[in-house]
Amino acid sequence: MSLPIAPKPAIRRFHQARWDEPVIFELSTPGERGVLVTPIEPGVRDAVGDVVADLPEGLARRTPPALPEMGQMRVLKHYLRLSQENLGADLNVDVGQGTCTMKYAPKVNERIITTPKLAAMHPLQDPADAQGALEIIWRTERMMAEISGMDEVSLHTQGGSAAIWANIAMIRAFHEANGEGEQRREVVTTIFSHPSNAAAAKAAGYDVITLHPDADGYPDLAALKRVLSSRTAAIMVTNPEDTGIYNPAIREWVDAAHGVGALASYDQANANGILGITRARDAGFDVCHFNVHKTFGTPHGSGGPGTGANAVSAALAPFLPGPRVVREGDRYSVREAGPLSIGAIGPFHGVVPNIVRAYAWIMALGADGLRAVAETAVLNNNYLMKRILEIPGASAPYATGRRRIEQVRYSWQELFEQTGVGSEEIGVRASDFGMHYWTSHHPYVVPQPFTLEPTESYSKAELDEYADVLAEIAREARETPEVVRTAPHNQTVHHTHHDDLDDPDRWAITWRAYRRKYPDAVGA
Amino acid sequence: MIGLIVNPVAGIGGPAGLAGSDGADVQRRAAERGARSRAAERAERALAVVAAGRPDEHVVTAAGPMGEDAVRSAGLRPIVVWHPRDPSSSSDTTDAARALADVGVELVLFAGGDGTARDVAAGLPEAAVALGIPAGVKMYSPVFAVGPGAAGALAAAWLDERGLPTAEREVLDVDEEQLRRARVEPRLHGTLRVPYRAGRTQARKAATPSDEQAAVRTAARGAASRLRPGVRYLLGPGGTMAEVARELGVEKTPLGVDVVLDGRVVVAGASERELLDEVANGPAQAVVSIIGGQGFLLGRGNQQLSARVVEAIGDDPVMVVAPEQKLIDLGGRPLLVDTGDAAVDARLTGFASVVTGPTTTSIYPVHAPENEGAVHAT
Repeated sequence: MSLPIAPKPAIRRFHQARWDEPVIFELSTPGERGVLVTPIEPGVRDAVGDVVADLPEGLARRTPPALPEMGQMRVLKHYLRLSQENLGADLNVDVGQGTCTMKYAPKVNERIITTPKLAAMHPLQDPADAQGALEIIWRTERMMAEISGMDEVSLHTQGGSAAIWANIAMIRAFHEANGEGEQRREVVTTIFSHPSNAAAAKAAGYDVITLHPDADGYPDLAALKRVLSSRTAAIMVTNPEDTGIYNPAIREWVDAAHGVGALASYDQANANGILGITRARDAGFDVCHFNVHKTFGTPHGSGGPGTGANAVSAALAPFLPGPRVVREGDRYSVREAGPLSIGAIGPFHGVVPNIVRAYAWIMALGADGLRAVAETAVLNNNYLMKRILEIPGASAPYATGRRRIEQVRYSWQELFEQTGVGSEEIGVRASDFGMHYWTSHHPYVVPQPFTLEPTESYSKAELDEYADVLAEIAREARETPEVVRTAPHNQTVHHTHHDDLDDPDRWAITWRAYRRKYPDAVGA
Repeated sequence: MIGLIVNPVAGIGGPAGLAGSDGADVQRRAAERGARSRAAERAERALAVVAAGRPDEHVVTAAGPMGEDAVRSAGLRPIVVWHPRDPSSSSDTTDAARALADVGVELVLFAGGDGTARDVAAGLPEAAVALGIPAGVKMYSPVFAVGPGAAGALAAAWLDERGLPTAEREVLDVDEEQLRRARVEPRLHGTLRVPYRAGRTQARKAATPSDEQAAVRTAARGAASRLRPGVRYLLGPGGTMAEVARELGVEKTPLGVDVVLDGRVVVAGASERELLDEVANGPAQAVVSIIGGQGFLLGRGNQQLSARVVEAIGDDPVMVVAPEQKLIDLGGRPLLVDTGDAAVDARLTGFASVVTGPTTTSIYPVHAPENEGAVHAT
């Protein structure tokens, strides 16, 4: 051995762990135990009697559950091995998951929510015993109101489509309360708004009108004016759109909607590029929502349920979901949903641990910090955009040559035409370098798409590393395309057979279903 | 098993400035001007993608320059099932396509342009699947991959996954003599079933139908649900309109305009004259989809729906029906009308409300290239 050690190569020589770990059910050994449940103390048994015998017959299982039987250490190894076979958000440069806003969710906030004062609280606890938790909910609502410029906020939904559903449900209830429910049957959205806006409106019974971009790639104001009428219930738009393009005429859009008596709903699920810079209410919007897991530093869906913040003008406040937390003097109480409310969308007060995390995140940053988040995210995005557009074969269609906000939907179409290597294959190859790259971009408007969103969390060095990897894969696509086409080479799994996921006869999402559909694979 | 047909004179007239390559005379003149066809070289580039993953693959083809040579240059193994006449002509393309289908080729690759597509379509049975490697001068038909590499990647995926989803696409071709007189009127000559590859994850987050056929059905259902009694509907040609007819339970001529009134066909395969007669009988509306890859609503493949017919219908003359993906595939280019009458075209321009489903529409711009003096078909 001799010093100095060899320098690391420019592109990381990543290799994912491969453990060939079986499914946990296959590791079960009859009789093995991880925990022996403490016997009931005699005093307790005398006091409560035979609880099992008292169970209603319909609730008692006829056969014990087929849980895996294994020792603690084996369980620990099993899950640690699985975790090593994952490209976790805390390990890779996660900017390839554009529109998802993968930012750092501070670990210290996990400590805060595991305090027994919160973790042991029951949702039906007497409000007198839950003043601290209720105060945090109330204060978080007020901060969201300030951030959006709106009058009232509910943290009731779990975000995403549930929050968008709450938006359209409130809009529908508003028009019905004004006697215009029958007349206003149309909702207008744009092709680059998040598709859940169209989907939620359709599910709420509306006819949905979708607008395509104008010749410059911007949301088409002339098209909007063409379709608005006394039949319009609302416009439901994302801004910036999923392309990262900010609608410069957003105020005119809202005014045009109001001009025909329609409401304006703003999908701000990802407000990462505009925090502290623009506010929905200042542009005239009546309704908006944030995904707390996108914008306010709480973990994404797979890390637990999400949280949405639905913010509305005073006119829409009676329609917010309930129950609500209200402050009287310095005391907090719970008020059931009022007569005009759309009612409960999530249980109780929503996902309280997320509300606490978001509260901690906002309080740690302060107003200036929130603005710095947006400015840093936009700066990071524009730096990364410059790097990506230097890669031959990559482009950013729509509003060509104009600035984007916090993300960009790029295209590999040129590279695809030249080499036959598409975005899907590039995404798989990126995992060989320990990078995540996502290709779900419904609707599929931009050909061979990829969407990068660096957020405020990533350093310049990490953005450079990501761009270097994509440049390397683009080079491979030209010089050694079979390397890309046969990827991954350094990963745990090879290609998944997605046909199995589309066919009800073949998919197996539980162990029981797997045993039923593939008896030969499991054995007797 | 895949097959290959190369049109050895495809595209030869383009560089020679002859606006196409149809006919022996043009081909001779192009050759005199020193033009060479790129078709073989582009076919070879497509097959090279297949060869990278499957170096021992057999490709069923026609002899010599009609495919065999390109298969060999790409390092793959030809199985020759058609020997072209000398000199070869467009009927050899049709005969070769038939020969490939007869021996059970599942995917026919062909290198050429619209004329080649037309000849291939003529030789293939209805269920056969084909894909164009773009190598021609005119490519109005949306049956071509975006490039040779992309065609090869689709063919490789076809082999790897033992088939891909397919969709029916129009085969359009322009009369080149017209083109040389600066008049573009592509006619619809039939359809080809082409493979496509939806992004693996494209459909995962979607509430809308991922499968193209399902999307066409949804759009057709949207059209059917908007039809009113007592109105004559002039159903244009194409796959989407065929689906509308299926929704209504009526027969449809694939390439013609059929008049439907109260759930039954009044005139099938109507001429402009017959359409004018029908429109004179009461309220009417034309129902059209997007013809070909260029986004034409009127004036391409459905010339029976003429300026006079549109004028005679009066208000709200056209209902446009298409799945959203057809709009998306235009890549931001507008829909087009070219009825030959500037005033009628002007009335139709602006925005079209495109029916995409029973409760969904999309608003999309419509232009009239003739009115803008646009240069086309270069």
